[in-house]
Amino acid sequence: MARTLVERNLRAFRHGWITLVSGFFEPVFYLFSLGVGLGSLVGAVTTDSGAEVPYAAFVAPALLAASAMNGAVYDSTFNVFFKLKYAKLYDSVLATPLGPRDVAVGEISWALLRGQVYAVAFLVVVAVAGLVESWWALLALPAATLIGFAFAGVGMAATTFMRSWVDFDYVQLAILPMFLFSATFFPLSTYPDSLQLVVQATPLYHGVALVRDVMIGQLHVGLLGHVAYLVVMGLVGFYVTGRRLERLLLS
Amino acid sequence: MWPRALSYWLLNYRRTWRGSVVSSFLTPLLFLAAMGFGLATLVDRGPNDALGVPYVSFIAPGVLAATAMQTAVGESTFSVMGAIKWQRQYHAMLAGPMGVTDVLVGHLVYVALRVLVTSAVFLLVAGALGVLLSWWVVLALPVAVLTGMAFATPVFAFAATTESDAGFNVLFRFVVMPLFLFSGTFFPISQLPGVLQPVAWFTPLWHGVSASRALSLGTAEVLPVLGHVLVLAVWTAGGFLLARRAFRSRLEV
Repeated sequence: MARTLVERNLRAFRHGWITLVSGFFEPVFYLFSLGVGLGSLVGAVTTDSGAEVPYAAFVAPALLAASAMNGAVYDSTFNVFFKLKYAKLYDSVLATPLGPRDVAVGEISWALLRGQVYAVAFLVVVAVAGLVESWWALLALPAATLIGFAFAGVGMAATTFMRSWVDFDYVQLAILPMFLFSATFFPLSTYPDSLQLVVQATPLYHGVALVRDVMIGQLHVGLLGHVAYLVVMGLVGFYVTGRRLERLLLS
Repeated sequence: MWPRALSYWLLNYRRTWRGSVVSSFLTPLLFLAAMGFGLATLVDRGPNDALGVPYVSFIAPGVLAATAMQTAVGESTFSVMGAIKWQRQYHAMLAGPMGVTDVLVGHLVYVALRVLVTSAVFLLVAGALGVLLSWWVVLALPVAVLTGMAFATPVFAFAATTESDAGFNVLFRFVVMPLFLFSGTFFPISQLPGVLQPVAWFTPLWHGVSASRALSLGTAEVLPVLGHVLVLAVWTAGGFLLARRAFRSRLEV
C-alpha cells in the first residue's frame, strides 16, 4: 500500500526536478572545495581506525554520510510538515485504503529512494576522482540507506511534535553541529578525551565511521556496532511516528 | 521617506528575531570553531606552510565576509518576493506618500543593518578568542556591510523579477554555496585549478574576503584594499540600478 504514496511523490516531483538535481551538487562542491582546495594544505590524515589516506579520501565518505543525513532530515521534516499541516495531504490519503502506518512507511521509503540516487551519483564522482581503492566501497550504498533510515525515522517522529516553522530551528541546531563535528572534517583523535565521548554519542559519527571504513576497505567487527546504533535509532523513530500519526490524524 | 519603510522592517524583525539567532549568529561561529580549531590542527602541521599565519586567523575574516554574503542573500530573496506577491507589504507602503525608491532603499538599509549586526557579533566573538591579529580589523566591519550590499542589490533585482521561488533554490545551490566554498574563504584561490582563478576575481565575495583578510591580518596595503572596495561598490551600484528598474516595472501602476 505504501508504494502508492511513493509513486505519488515521484509524480509530484516531476515539476521540481531542478530541486532534485541540485541536491546532488552540494556534497560534490564540498568534496572539491575541501578535498582539492584544502587537501594540499592538509596532506595525509590518519583515520580513527589507523589508515593513512589523502585528505580528499578522508572527507569523501563523511560527505556521503552527511548528505544521506541531510537529505533524509529535509524530506522527513520540512516536506512532511508541509504535507501534514498545509497541504493536508495525509487527510486525503487516509480517505483511501491507506492507513497512518502506510504513510510512515511510504514517506520514509521515498526519502530512502531519493537518498540512494544521490549516494550512487556521489560514489561515481568519488570513484572517477580516483578516491576509491577497494570494491568494498560499494557497501557505502547500503550504509547510506541505513543512515537515511535512522535519520528519516527520527526526523519524521520529531515532525509530528512540531507546532510551527519556528520549531525547525531546533532541527538546524541539531544538524549543523553534527555536520561539522562528527569526525566529518577531522578525526576523532583531534578532540580532547571528554569531548570524544560526546562526539561518539551522536548518530552521524556512527554513520561517518561506518561509511569511511567500508570505503577505505577496512572491515572489522566494530562496524556492527555502528550498524546496530543506526538500526535501533531508525526503528524507534519509525515506531513513534506510526503511533503519533495515528493520534494526529485519526483521533 | 525611506526611513518609514525601514521602520516597518525593524518592527517586523523585533517580532521574529529569535528565528535568526541560529542561522545568523551561531552558524558562522560553529564554522569558525570546526574549521579554525578542529581542522586547523591538521592544516597547521600540514606539509606546506603556505598561509604563514595560524589557520584560524586565516579563515576568520573569510567566514566574516561569507556570512555577510549569506545573511544579505537570505534577507533579499523570500522577503522581497513576499512583499510583492504574498504579504504585499510594498503595496501597502506605496498606498501612502512613499515612492518606489523609498520602499527599495528602506528595505536595503534594513538588510545592511542585519549584516552589520551579524558581522559585529562575529567580530566581537572572534576578537575575544584572540584570532584577529590587527586593530585594522575594525575597518572589516564596513567592508562586510559593503560585501553584503554587493549581493543584496542584484538579488533584490532578481527577486523582484522572478515569478516563483524555484529560482531561489538554484541561486543558493549554484551561486551562494559555490562562492562560499571557492572564493578564498577556506583556502587561497591559488589552490584552485588555473581556469577557475580568474572567475573568482569577478565575484564580489572574493574581494570581500581579500579585503577583510588583509585588514584582519594587518597586512593591508592601501591600494589593493581600495581596489577591492571599488569592485564591491560597483557591484552594489549596478545592482541598485537593476533593482530600481525591476521595482519600478513591477510596482508602479
